[in-house]
Amino acid sequence: MAQAPALPHGFELPLLPRLPKIGSIDQVAIEERAATLAKRSIKRESKLFALELAVRMTDLTTLEGSDTPGKVAALASKAIRPDPVDPTIPSVAAVCVYPNLVPHALERVEGTGVKVASVATAFPSGQSPTDIKVEDARRAAELGAHEIDMVIDRGAFLSGNYAKVYDEVRQVKEAIGDAHLKVILETGELGTYDNVRRASLLAIAGGADFVKTSTGKINPAATLPVTLVMLEAVRDVFEETGKRIGVKPAGGIRRAKQAVQHLVVVNETLGPEWLTPDLFRFGASSLLNDLLLQIRKEKTGRYQSPDYFTLD
Amino acid sequence: MTEIDKKQDRSPVPSAFDYAPAPESRDVVALEDRYGLFIGGEFVEPRSGELHPSVSPSSEEELAEVAYAGPEDVDMAVGAARAAFENGWSSWPAGERAKIIYRIARILQERAREFAVLESLDGGKPIRESRDVDLPLAAAHFFYYAGWADKLEYAFPNRTPRPLGVAAQIIPWNFPMLMLAWKVAPALAAGNTVVLKPAETTPLTALLFADVLRQAEVPPGVVNIVTGDGRAGSELVKHPDVDKVAFTGSTEVGKEIQRAVAGTKKKLTLELGGKAANVIFDDAPLDQAVEGIVNGIYFNQGHVCCAGSRLLVQESIYDQTIKKLKRRMSNLRVGDPLDKNTDIGAINSKAQLERIQELVRSGEEEGADVFQPECRLPEKGWWFAPTVFTNVAQSYRIAQEEIFGPVLSVLTFRTPDEAIEKANNTPYGLAAGVWTEKGSRILSMAQRLRAGVVWANTYNRFDPTSPFGGYKESGFGREGGLHGLEAYVRFD
Repeated sequence: MAQAPALPHGFELPLLPRLPKIGSIDQVAIEERAATLAKRSIKRESKLFALELAVRMTDLTTLEGSDTPGKVAALASKAIRPDPVDPTIPSVAAVCVYPNLVPHALERVEGTGVKVASVATAFPSGQSPTDIKVEDARRAAELGAHEIDMVIDRGAFLSGNYAKVYDEVRQVKEAIGDAHLKVILETGELGTYDNVRRASLLAIAGGADFVKTSTGKINPAATLPVTLVMLEAVRDVFEETGKRIGVKPAGGIRRAKQAVQHLVVVNETLGPEWLTPDLFRFGASSLLNDLLLQIRKEKTGRYQSPDYFTLD
Repeated sequence: MTEIDKKQDRSPVPSAFDYAPAPESRDVVALEDRYGLFIGGEFVEPRSGELHPSVSPSSEEELAEVAYAGPEDVDMAVGAARAAFENGWSSWPAGERAKIIYRIARILQERAREFAVLESLDGGKPIRESRDVDLPLAAAHFFYYAGWADKLEYAFPNRTPRPLGVAAQIIPWNFPMLMLAWKVAPALAAGNTVVLKPAETTPLTALLFADVLRQAEVPPGVVNIVTGDGRAGSELVKHPDVDKVAFTGSTEVGKEIQRAVAGTKKKLTLELGGKAANVIFDDAPLDQAVEGIVNGIYFNQGHVCCAGSRLLVQESIYDQTIKKLKRRMSNLRVGDPLDKNTDIGAINSKAQLERIQELVRSGEEEGADVFQPECRLPEKGWWFAPTVFTNVAQSYRIAQEEIFGPVLSVLTFRTPDEAIEKANNTPYGLAAGVWTEKGSRILSMAQRLRAGVVWANTYNRFDPTSPFGGYKESGFGREGGLHGLEAYVRFD
């Protein structure tokens, strides 16, 4: 499939589009930088701006074996109008579900601007034959999903078979047509920041529109330093090629404060241009209610009981 | 008007995501209107009768009036230190000395916020740094040396360490509390008594420290604090009853001090200027290296003797590095030192600002290319935007002289040998940085760089257990670790 030049023990990559040098990450320094950014003090107007932006960036997610049409319908309703009391709260970016539930989600969100994202490619492990994974993604797109969240084959990646990872991303990208492709790296299984950077560049080379940290099924999931590594990779690609790639931390972001910290990191790494749901998303479920709680606190000056926010 | 002068007054750059001001409250610090000299455990009126205001460099506000010690005052302070030394402190049970130094460390931790706020107020450094670096490290130094106080025989096996006597300690304005800790902690641990002279522009935290000394029940006269300008320092150095002189500051003054103590029995350690090379190889983790460059030169407005003020970049990654650096610089926040979001605070004094401006002008005149990010500088106070010079030749003044401000000079190299040659081609030799993924290269560079400290894949990192000090005109003697303790003992 791909015409990757195979180097003896090196990195197998296509020559086009031209990529920046792979580069490396210093663990101590990247964690220190993330910790410094996490201490930025965000208050009042900037906080409200960040909280509302985080709502608009949320991919409200349910990925359980027990998901049913009823559950997905409830989630989709919440996605459209997160806070029944406060109509000024914007809709979230998308609902993220398994392929079987895509039609049910679509039915609800039609005409609202909320997108439907579907996981695919033998989610969450990716340990199935390539043709089945590609077919999985194609079917999800055919069912109407606007966005496909695929997983990379970590088994292949960790055994050094980068070409396979790259090929699969390319094939999925071709199979899903116009749908938006998010590539899940499952950073918790990659082990090092160097690997996160490599996998990010590999996915982008393969045609990813977004790189996404995690499935949510593995701990650790999205951490601030991991997101920072991915943002820096995206920045390098942008500076080298002019191509804008999105980033989606998913899993483990439950508090509004974490979301705001992520936005600070985005702002200081890629600038305000990336502060849009087109280029940054949160994959989350319980985060949304904390965002709503904090927004109401900012507006009224008081914390309300969590009972005032719907559980869906 | 030069290019720089024009750029210094620019209008603000609005952003979609402006961080709201988050100032640390000043209320935690209770300042007196005026401070005398701390001699023999009490604040006394200066015999010199001279008092001058200490000014906040970020607002030009007069914070308090501070005494300027004259010869008579210095003599009294040395006398008090001598008396305290003879009357007990040196022969106290070592465990008791340790207890008191531990107490100082704990009180510093407890009152860290108060000290951090005052440090930023009086010195202009961002609260982020005084809170996260200066104060924790100062406390750590006291903890570390408290640990040695009752283990001196084990620190120097088969030798019998004895205290020296009265230590005259002169500290600079860039890290007032941290330098105080570097000097006072080992001196006390070894059983010496101290006369400390803080810098004229930043005396307030040292004066607040007098309060800590009383709280910790340090016996009167063990630590005396005489404020003032260079005259007081000179008196102190020349005083015949001083046994040890420790100085941190400029190479120029260091040379004067060395002349003054020549031919006397006084022991001397000097920690002077620097023009450190920060060497970036093409295999370095680039984004982190850029962080390291920024931390190396813009930390504490570049008022750091070991600042990585000469950046040596391997030519093959030059364009990429400079592009990333400039981008990163445009994210630096210059402004109110008490704001927790501030990265770069105020220049410590008007005199220092003028020196920076003068050197930057020389760089422009000599033909280097200058870059400053768009940033808004407050109207009051003394400020200088982060600056980088590219296209710098080794022969330019900005590549040779210590600027002691947020100004970086970038040079390139092709091979490790050339990097070593350029890095070592300076009268200074305090610190250097190496950025590479290759462990063996780190080791070989560290061996060949003529610098007291070599950081690998990090910069400006300090620890009380690690000795710090220079080669060549950056001084001699070490502070920190066992080496730092040795500077305060003699052996029978």
